[in-house]
Amino acid sequence: MTDLVAGVDVGGTFTDLVILDPATGAVQLAKVPTSLPNQAPGVLAAFDAAGANLADLALIVHGTTTTTNAVLERNLCKTGLITTLGFRDVLELGRRTRPQPYGMTGTFTPVIPRDLRLEIPERMDAQGRPVTPLDEDALRSALRHLIDQGCESLVIHFLHAYANPAHEIRAAEIAREVWPTPYITGGHDLLSESREYERGVTAAVNASVQPLLERYVARLAGELRDRGYPRDLLVMNGNGGMVEASKVSREAVKTVMSGPASGVMAALATGRRAGFPNLLTYDMGGTSTDVAMIRGNRAPVSNEIEVEYAMPIHVPMVDVRTVGAGGGSIARVDAGGMLRVGPESAGSTPGPVCYGRGGTRVTISDANLILGRLPADRFGQAAEDARRAMHDQIAAPLGLTTEAAAEAVLRIANTHMAGAIRMVSISLGADPRDFALFAFGGAGPLHATALARELAIPRVLVPARPGITNALGCVVADLRHDFVRTLNRPLDSVDMDQVHAILAAQEAEGRRLIAAERIALTDTTAEFTADMQFIGQTHLLRIPLPSATPTRDDIRQRFEAAYHARFRVTLPTIRANLVNLNCSVIGHRPYMDLSRLIDPAERRTIATPKATRTVWFGQPMETPVYWRDHLPLDPRITGPAIIEQMDTTTVIDPGCTVRGDADGNLIVEVPQ
Amino acid sequence: MIDPVTLAVIQAGLQQVCDEMDLTFSRAAFSPVIAEADDRSDGIYSATDGSLIAQGSRGLPVFVGTMQFSTRHIVERIASGDTLPPEEGDIYIVNDPYLGGTHLMDVRFAMPFWRNGEIFCWLSNTGHWPDTGGAVPGGFSASAISAEQEGLRLPPVKLFKRGQMDAEIYQIICSNIRVAEQRIGDVQAQASALLVGAERLTQLLDRYGDATVTAAIAEMRALAARQMRANAALIPEGRYSATAIVDSDGVVNEPLTIALTVTRQGDTLTFDFAGSSPPCMGPMNSVRATTLSSVFLAMRHIFPDVPISAGAFEPLTVIGIEGTFLDAHYPRPVSGCAAEVSQRIAEAVFAALVQAIPDRVTAAPAGTSGNFGLGGHDPERGRDYVMYQISGGGYGGNAAHDGLTNGCSTIGISKAPPVEIMEQNFPVLYRRYALREGSGGAGTHRGGFGLDYEIELLRGTARASFVMDHGRSGPQGAMGGKDGAVNIVEVIRNGETLIPEHLSKAQDIPLSPGDRVRVRTPGGGGYGPPAGRAAASVMEDVRLGRYSADEAQRLWPQIAGKKT
Repeated sequence: MTDLVAGVDVGGTFTDLVILDPATGAVQLAKVPTSLPNQAPGVLAAFDAAGANLADLALIVHGTTTTTNAVLERNLCKTGLITTLGFRDVLELGRRTRPQPYGMTGTFTPVIPRDLRLEIPERMDAQGRPVTPLDEDALRSALRHLIDQGCESLVIHFLHAYANPAHEIRAAEIAREVWPTPYITGGHDLLSESREYERGVTAAVNASVQPLLERYVARLAGELRDRGYPRDLLVMNGNGGMVEASKVSREAVKTVMSGPASGVMAALATGRRAGFPNLLTYDMGGTSTDVAMIRGNRAPVSNEIEVEYAMPIHVPMVDVRTVGAGGGSIARVDAGGMLRVGPESAGSTPGPVCYGRGGTRVTISDANLILGRLPADRFGQAAEDARRAMHDQIAAPLGLTTEAAAEAVLRIANTHMAGAIRMVSISLGADPRDFALFAFGGAGPLHATALARELAIPRVLVPARPGITNALGCVVADLRHDFVRTLNRPLDSVDMDQVHAILAAQEAEGRRLIAAERIALTDTTAEFTADMQFIGQTHLLRIPLPSATPTRDDIRQRFEAAYHARFRVTLPTIRANLVNLNCSVIGHRPYMDLSRLIDPAERRTIATPKATRTVWFGQPMETPVYWRDHLPLDPRITGPAIIEQMDTTTVIDPGCTVRGDADGNLIVEVPQ
Repeated sequence: MIDPVTLAVIQAGLQQVCDEMDLTFSRAAFSPVIAEADDRSDGIYSATDGSLIAQGSRGLPVFVGTMQFSTRHIVERIASGDTLPPEEGDIYIVNDPYLGGTHLMDVRFAMPFWRNGEIFCWLSNTGHWPDTGGAVPGGFSASAISAEQEGLRLPPVKLFKRGQMDAEIYQIICSNIRVAEQRIGDVQAQASALLVGAERLTQLLDRYGDATVTAAIAEMRALAARQMRANAALIPEGRYSATAIVDSDGVVNEPLTIALTVTRQGDTLTFDFAGSSPPCMGPMNSVRATTLSSVFLAMRHIFPDVPISAGAFEPLTVIGIEGTFLDAHYPRPVSGCAAEVSQRIAEAVFAALVQAIPDRVTAAPAGTSGNFGLGGHDPERGRDYVMYQISGGGYGGNAAHDGLTNGCSTIGISKAPPVEIMEQNFPVLYRRYALREGSGGAGTHRGGFGLDYEIELLRGTARASFVMDHGRSGPQGAMGGKDGAVNIVEVIRNGETLIPEHLSKAQDIPLSPGDRVRVRTPGGGGYGPPAGRAAASVMEDVRLGRYSADEAQRLWPQIAGKKT
């Protein structure tokens, strides 16, 4: 028995595995194609590829897109809804929106179809006082109907159950007597806040992915056991914590966003070791570009994520925002003669022209190839096709050379991504210049230095293994439980004893849950925040609280300071409102030694290019190409340079300088 | 000639300036109409004639292009001496509908942006204030017959002078509006959005140089014009006519007609509204700026790719509005123009052009904001309240698919408030909030479904007011599709059902506890002949209870003999 910890992350294209020995820092890696729709064979193949002996592993942590894919593709289990009389269509009506501000088209498919949404007499008012008693006969007959229809999961969602869940609780009791499976979700189970659509969708998604997740995880755990792994399988949650496989499906909705969350956890751990407490994470892959903001070594967690149009999931999840369509974004010249990039994407199928999989429209990845940023020899004949497509579709209409057209595509793509990142920062109340850019994903390091220059960000951190960051996140993530309690009262009339009691109860529950999991921890801490606004406002500001026993003045002063910092306005005549009290309890795992993610034996004493090639930076420049694994710890390279490795390519713009640290991170200084 | 890359980068940069102004305004604002419903817009306008350079992408669609008219009026009034000339740090406030506006509640701020002692451009924004005085809270009086009844009217005056707010002007405003104590938060938010814009624009100019940016602005305008011309050329040459009907003006119970003929000639489009109804007595008049903006927003719904820029409007000419209710002058009341008449104008554009480019245009959407206002006293809390329920409706079927259900108004982008939030704040109980069965217009691709809700007053007394539309005729079907269902308002008092005389508009209907209001909003128009719909799709709608079997049989006879 050793202490080996394995992290395995299933992405859209690849399944990545990292096995780390905390004692020595020794690492085994594997990258294999993802298997779909059942992701388990891919996971097992990754262990095979790494030559891992499962019996040696102390812990396996798994990030999965099983639930994400099920929601986005509406490949859901047959689920029934029982709700308040008059309200069965809430899940179909949404909040009266359309997918885009302009264009009167678009479609929407509700999570539960109309014929499986039933109504029964019962009603609470907004204060939680019963208006109509629960009609238990109607309930029983509705349950029978849904069972006869073959429903596997059940949602019981009543109006104002956040204020008084008595009817939901009683209805669930009755349902459990007859329902053939354990998959029953009450609207108030996952969140106790008002807004019937958001609470209902969250419950409906939970119920309709529960059986899928449970079956998948159980089968995977079984196969791992058959191969000699005797311990618990843990699954990554969207809040950046992890949960035992046997318990994860109870709150299955929390695993939607599991993949992006683990990437942010890896950034957090890497940044903490490297001395970067403030990071903008920048994850660019083939089909999407995602950013998140880490401040003061804390993961950004929000309870108001919308995973796609009209699909809000209001449980605490790492706040990762999609700002672009990734390397597959299509470039074109519009009818007015203006060059545009995205939002259309060639995705991973057919993908960019240079993939040679039938893509015909020129993309960001093709531009990177044409400019020498990607190695042409890896693409064969398709590289020529990409050049021709760039010439025909962009260069000729604009009267540019093929290279100038490709540079234009990159410049515009970077401008748009920078703009979107700036908007994310501002909406979170921060200036991007106060952050370092943490570049990962297959294409993040290709664009990072140019993007940093655009955003006036002084420093880029390229981790040792940008292409397997999510799997690393599984290895280093902490245990974490988040709690939200809605008060929605003026601060000056809030009962402070009640505030202290709520925060204390949240902390106690979190500590109890963490103590119940058999994972080695260094310590467990709790963080407290309040969501606040001035009375009359609708947007919330999240304010860190100093402890579980803040005074009224503590809270007021912190809110006013945060508001002023954000909007440069003080409003002494208007009262503050305390909307939510939140607590995050974190069980800290021992620090992992990340210094051997790149094998030290491969390291050389001097940075020597393996080759040079022509790369375009406004003009053709003969550019040295380095192999990442051969770089010394502190390579001291000045751009232009290309650094290649198994899982990505890093572009160093002219004038930027590269140093390294003990973990093998590259730190790029970007002059302004 | 500026190179295409620098051009695209500067365009993105200017867009970014506007988007940051939009975001700053919404996040800092107090009124839910701005903060939650995004009923606001920010943009950059030409120093010489106020023409639109760039506008935020998340601005309310009805403001596409309106502020260029406001800004132009200010520039002209400064030139003629009617308005004091600006100094650095000044911000003008104006809400006069007849000076390039919409209704009085849309308050515009305009700030000259200075470079080296000269005005480089204007930064302007509009925000919908919850109240600007007048006969009824919120300003939507369905029975006003003059502008004075609708609220306080401000010509362009300097609210900020050299960076400082003029406390005297502010006090005059506050003395004439309701819930004035919270307005300071919105005023600060609106001004702070302009200041953030100025900061970002300064950075952009410092980086690329004033001359390059000026050249890029001219080039962007030419490119947007070229793009709109290219789109116009997709329309077969010819004349396309349509009409749209406003139920009534709220005072005189007669329908108002919007008559439109669109002519495509060369690469231009002419929108001729000759033959539309004359100015009306009640508040359903439109002003010139709103009428033009409604045409622009309809065109942008059809061609969402064209940037919002004065250039995009160049190939579009609007004529024939003089002397009609689409170009009303002082003192005609206008509170219905931004929310309702604008959507009928857009509907006329859709109905005309769907004949020409049926692959790109949808059948008519519900096209009403569905304003239901309830004002009263809540004895349990001991306070007065004003509640607004806005609602969506079905969208039109189109060449690709059925219409969306419960979509937002054509001119808006805001979400409707949750039932639970409404019940927390007001003494009402919703009996139903449901998909309105049978409301989607039949077609090959049917219209989307409207909303069917019913509200009961729990305690105290209250008065109900309605500003909606499509009560007389439903949203138009296209290409052989049928119309969507009409809007229906019912007030149930002491067990008796009252239908307002003007169907979709009424003011101050008294309610007692136990009385109910039921609203059924329009379904979208159907697209293509119903006979073209697959029987299986019809049967699926029947299985889901969206139509009764009888209804479906009547609308789609091809399902005869088929079983669900």
